[in-house]
Amino acid sequence: MQDKIEKTIDLEAPIDRVWRALTDHHEFGAWFRVALEKPFIVGEKTEGNITYPGYEHMRLEAMVETLDTNALFAFRWRAIPNEKGESPLGELETLVEFKLQSIESGTRLWIIESGFASLSVEDAARAEALRLNAQGWQMQIENIKAHVES
Amino acid sequence: MLKAKQQSNSANNARLFAALGDNTRLQLIDRLDSGKPNSISTLNAGLKLSRQGLTKHLHVLEAAGIVKSQKVGRELQFLLKPEALIPLHSYLELYSEQWDDAMTRLRTFVEDE
Repeated sequence: MQDKIEKTIDLEAPIDRVWRALTDHHEFGAWFRVALEKPFIVGEKTEGNITYPGYEHMRLEAMVETLDTNALFAFRWRAIPNEKGESPLGELETLVEFKLQSIESGTRLWIIESGFASLSVEDAARAEALRLNAQGWQMQIENIKAHVES
Repeated sequence: MLKAKQQSNSANNARLFAALGDNTRLQLIDRLDSGKPNSISTLNAGLKLSRQGLTKHLHVLEAAGIVKSQKVGRELQFLLKPEALIPLHSYLELYSEQWDDAMTRLRTFVEDE
């Protein structure tokens, strides 16, 4: 079974601008749509409510592994239900790595999310049940696609 | 057209995950994953279920398209349909799509200044 998601994007912005957008927890929250309560600090956990429409019933928890300025930002994260007393979704925790490189037009960014193969069928089922709870998320994705491609 | 397809996939996935959202049924799927048909007594070995309870679970799995039953002589046997579990693997696709959207938002955020 496939273990990771890999994406690449070229951004027309200087590398330290991109680095800040990723590693400043307010800026990260602004584009990712999560209200992180604490900064990203290596070895420390930060968490917050997801503010993306349709996912407000979820919280994100992230444990920072690497902060290598303008090179690598990595954290392990998981989504948990946004209700007191609710336990996290099984062992669904993946590693997210942002790798940066300066290029002529700005910055090349790689995003790699890995650790899916360790997911059990049970975890996948629970995780998907939570995601399907997100009202109209598919509608949102369709809306965004239509918006950016118009 | 794409939207209708996604909505019907979503409904199918919901049924699929409802069928899977039970520890006993997940155990049954594990046992059925041998590629050969299993009788109810084989499946029940080691599980503390009544025959009736087990049959009920198998019917839920069958209704979700995950297993298929066939009569062999006087015995009912069950086969796993692994293709029914493919939507599970496609959750990676869903996360992948989400990253596509997140990256679009990041691009807008850093470039529009």
